[in-house]
Amino acid sequence: MVTAVDLDAHMYDVVKVGHEQLMGEVIKIQGENIIIQVYEDTAGIRPGEPVENTGLSLAVELGPGLLTSIYDGIQRPLEVLVEKMGDFIERGVTAPGLSHEKKWEFVPVKKAGDTVGPGTIIGEVQETNITHRIMVPPNVKGGVIREMRTGSFTVEETVCVLEDGTELTMMQKWPVRVPRPVTEKKNPDIPLVTGQRILDGLFPIAKGGTAAIPGPFGSGKTVTQQALAKWSDAEIVVYIGCGERGNEMTEVLTEFPELEDPRTGKPLMERTVLIANTSNMPVAAREASVYTGITIAEYFRDMGYDVSLMADSTSRWAEAMREISSRLEEMPGEEGYPAYLAARLSEFYERAGRVETLNKDMGSVTVIGAVSPPGGDFSEPVTQNTLRIVKVFWALDAKLAQRRHFPAINWLNSYSLYLDSLHDWYDENVNPEWNRIRAWAMEVLQKESELQEIVQLVGSDALPEEEQVTIEVARLIREVFLQQNAFDPVDTYCSMAKQYDMLKAIKTYADRASAAQRAGVLTSQIVAIKAKNDLPQVKFEKDYNVLLEKIYAQMEAEFNALKEA
Amino acid sequence: MKEYRTISQIAGPLVFVEKTEPVGYNELVNIVQADGTIKRGQVLDTSDELVVVQCFETTAGIGRDSGVRFLGETIKMPVGRQMLGRILSGSGKPKDGGPEIVPEKRLDIGGAAINPYARDTPRQFIQTGISTIDGTNTLVRGQKLPIFSGSGLPHNEIALQIARQAKVPGSTEEFAVVFAAMGITKEEENQFMQDFERTGALEHAVVFLNLADDPAVERIVTPRLALTTAEYLAFELDYHVLVILTDMTNYCEALRQIGAAREEVPGRRGYPGYMYTDLASIYERAGIIKGKKGSVTQFSILTMPGDDITHPIPDLSGYITEGQIVVSRELHRKGIYPPINVLPSLSRLMNLGIGEGMTREDHKKVSDQLYAGYAEGVDLRGLVAIVGKDALSERDRLFLEFADLFEDRFVRQGHNEDRAIKEDTLDLGWDLLATLPEEQLVRIDREMIQKFHPRYRKKQAAEGGTSSATATDLGSGAS
Ligand SMILES: Nc1ncnc2c1ncn2[C@@H]1O[C@H](COP(=O)(O)OP(=O)(O)O)[C@@H](O)[C@H]1O
Ligand SMILES: [Mg+2]
Repeated sequence: MVTAVDLDAHMYDVVKVGHEQLMGEVIKIQGENIIIQVYEDTAGIRPGEPVENTGLSLAVELGPGLLTSIYDGIQRPLEVLVEKMGDFIERGVTAPGLSHEKKWEFVPVKKAGDTVGPGTIIGEVQETNITHRIMVPPNVKGGVIREMRTGSFTVEETVCVLEDGTELTMMQKWPVRVPRPVTEKKNPDIPLVTGQRILDGLFPIAKGGTAAIPGPFGSGKTVTQQALAKWSDAEIVVYIGCGERGNEMTEVLTEFPELEDPRTGKPLMERTVLIANTSNMPVAAREASVYTGITIAEYFRDMGYDVSLMADSTSRWAEAMREISSRLEEMPGEEGYPAYLAARLSEFYERAGRVETLNKDMGSVTVIGAVSPPGGDFSEPVTQNTLRIVKVFWALDAKLAQRRHFPAINWLNSYSLYLDSLHDWYDENVNPEWNRIRAWAMEVLQKESELQEIVQLVGSDALPEEEQVTIEVARLIREVFLQQNAFDPVDTYCSMAKQYDMLKAIKTYADRASAAQRAGVLTSQIVAIKAKNDLPQVKFEKDYNVLLEKIYAQMEAEFNALKEA
Repeated sequence: MKEYRTISQIAGPLVFVEKTEPVGYNELVNIVQADGTIKRGQVLDTSDELVVVQCFETTAGIGRDSGVRFLGETIKMPVGRQMLGRILSGSGKPKDGGPEIVPEKRLDIGGAAINPYARDTPRQFIQTGISTIDGTNTLVRGQKLPIFSGSGLPHNEIALQIARQAKVPGSTEEFAVVFAAMGITKEEENQFMQDFERTGALEHAVVFLNLADDPAVERIVTPRLALTTAEYLAFELDYHVLVILTDMTNYCEALRQIGAAREEVPGRRGYPGYMYTDLASIYERAGIIKGKKGSVTQFSILTMPGDDITHPIPDLSGYITEGQIVVSRELHRKGIYPPINVLPSLSRLMNLGIGEGMTREDHKKVSDQLYAGYAEGVDLRGLVAIVGKDALSERDRLFLEFADLFEDRFVRQGHNEDRAIKEDTLDLGWDLLATLPEEQLVRIDREMIQKFHPRYRKKQAAEGGTSSATATDLGSGAS
């Protein structure tokens, strides 16, 4: 933190500090004193060095070139930083977010004489396999097009001129702390299909929805976030590594280009933008990273895309706020966090949503935030303030992680408030039975937890026969359906159809078991049915139908044999 | 160079100095006592008239008559190949009677962050010879994997066993050990140094010693000196460096002490609110860089106050490191060495370094199944305590026994028992799993079971295939 005097500045202006021109942001004005948060290490900066105001607030460059990039918290491309200063991040180097030299093939979709307004799509660039739609910036009034150009341009070159002389390029700049405008927010009623059984099956999130995934270290926040970044059916993914490990970002960088989107068959990296401001990179840039990320997400949403954004971890962002606030000697709130923590969190999640864009298309930003509560205690301020805002809560559980039950999401504490609004979608797109089977599975799990309390007191043999079967069915739901191995090439992604088939098979066993029980078959024999032992294997098979049919047939045969005996 | 005699206040390790010329943040400071002794410090805070200096040594002897010199540069560490085999103090001065280090380079100890784009993914399996690490919490080159222990537990023995046995099977590349002690006792120092000397490890080692009776604030720089040295050896001289930092708890206490002296608003349990960021600036200094031959692997030790893993020191560490090896008092009491409790232990980079072509294709699934089985057995112990063994089903009884077997044969091993991953650790895992009904092995797919389960291995052996390792010679090394 640096204090400047004799500087004409406004709040959040970006300034250049010292002889090395370190980038910083005005965060407090106190009489003559302008307090500046510097985005880089300030060791060795001495009083008396100059400070220069750019007069602009922290903004990102938006345009072709974003996809497949990896940025730090203030949109400096890490690849360019390696070229400019080597393997370690030294300070005082600036680099624009987009290449200003690279030429892109611009294809207009509007022509001279057309009228355009804020947000209107005027042309397209084939950026990767994703089409980058070039829009009139939201803060440009628009008008009638005088000239429309076609061909190869850099992001700084004019591609369109309006009658009033306004020149449009393929690049927009947008201040990160200001939400980009939309026509209207809509209700989220389409699920973000994630390929993760416990999420899609029990606690789904809607496109444009918000979710929090809190858990102690090692419980699976990052693996889950990465699975979502890989497999969810968003068209664009923005992944923010906020104050976390360097190696985790490297892993994404090496893995994503090799993975294919299960729906399009295209490399996942082509739809991805990464922001990596790791734990040992400057705290101020960490604070900025979530804003940089969500602004990029909103920009793609404005093109009419479904975007999902993962922030790992929002706690590190909150801690950055705390560190900055404490250096400002602001009055601390709960656990030293600034009093505005709750406000900042809700402003951030409020930028999620399914919207009608300015161009009258539908687009969405889904926001999923990891939370890292100290000591795994969910009563702390960041978790609590987040839960007040988000609609989906995926509660990670250290106990489950310890026994390698993954994803270690606790099925009793987690919830989704989107179940009702997504109901119809499942009816139409998965199976009319889906909602019922799903509710049944939840009931069995609930029942099991009650029964487990009894077992803890008297042992399982003391349970009534019927409930011993419930325990067995619940075990199947947990071990077959809920457990999912993110590192198995097949199991890592499970389509909705397969999810339905798996749950249906378990339900079939449960129904057959009850019927057999009513017919007087011994519980021990029902529990010993061999066919169900093959159910876990279904997870690991790509063409699982053959196996599933074999299981059905064997189950049929075994139950029939029991009945006859 | 100007010398100020304007000390206005001394509080704990902090010295407040009035000055007139500009002084930079983090700049190095010499404080000259009346008797000529020079003490070193660093600028923590600077404003127009006042500078706060954090003194790395005791402030005893410093008074208002002491002089203060600002050296105009941040702390630099002289580094060179000659450091191998040397024993230095916690602030980097020779402690072995040898000459000063002739620097090949002088490096800033702050350590800039490795650009994530420049990092390479760590994926090279390191065999430590300890089953609970190699089998279920595998270490890879470039990883930061600490030991979470408690006072009086044999974490030093484990660290030494790892330092002795760790190898990348089939590799002959140059390796080095950088050992940094922070606030450890003389006795612990002897334990480490004797082992280093006995095994000849000292030749390849650089040792930094800040002992319990050395100044606490010096501990703030000790790990940074060690890591600066490690990075130099790894990224400029191509060594594979294993860094052992012990005890990180003492480091954190020093951090807390400085925070208190500065009258900062404390965070959780009195530790500074920036402790996560500060620890990250240490732990993140591990890894591999694309195009460089060397690597920095970090193996730190911390003792959990009150054996509490939710205490801020282990908690914040666990959020930064790539897993943790947890040493358990309960297993230690049972006489099991190494008393590693696998349940709360984790290696996050394990998946990158195991499997076909690296260890063996069944590794991950065996590990998962061992975990699941052991966790279930441990849970049942709680139940047995209430309802007795007789109330258990047959299946549950098998799991209960499995947990005991696991501790006795898989966890327990000798201080010098160096187990090979495939022939010893993994096959032993299968032998234990074979005591459970086959259909209970739900974490392992059919194919693997048919290939590695002792039942089928024996069949193959009988049909003339290779015979499986027996486990009868294992489990011999109670401490
Ligand atoms: N879905 C999963 N499948 C398999 N392993 C998992 C899964 N989720 C987590 N893990 C295991 O747990 C470890 C810790 O997960 P991680 O997401 O890094 O935790 P966190 O971010 O909460 O600290 C991983 O390294 C991996 O071994
Ligand atoms: Mg994580």
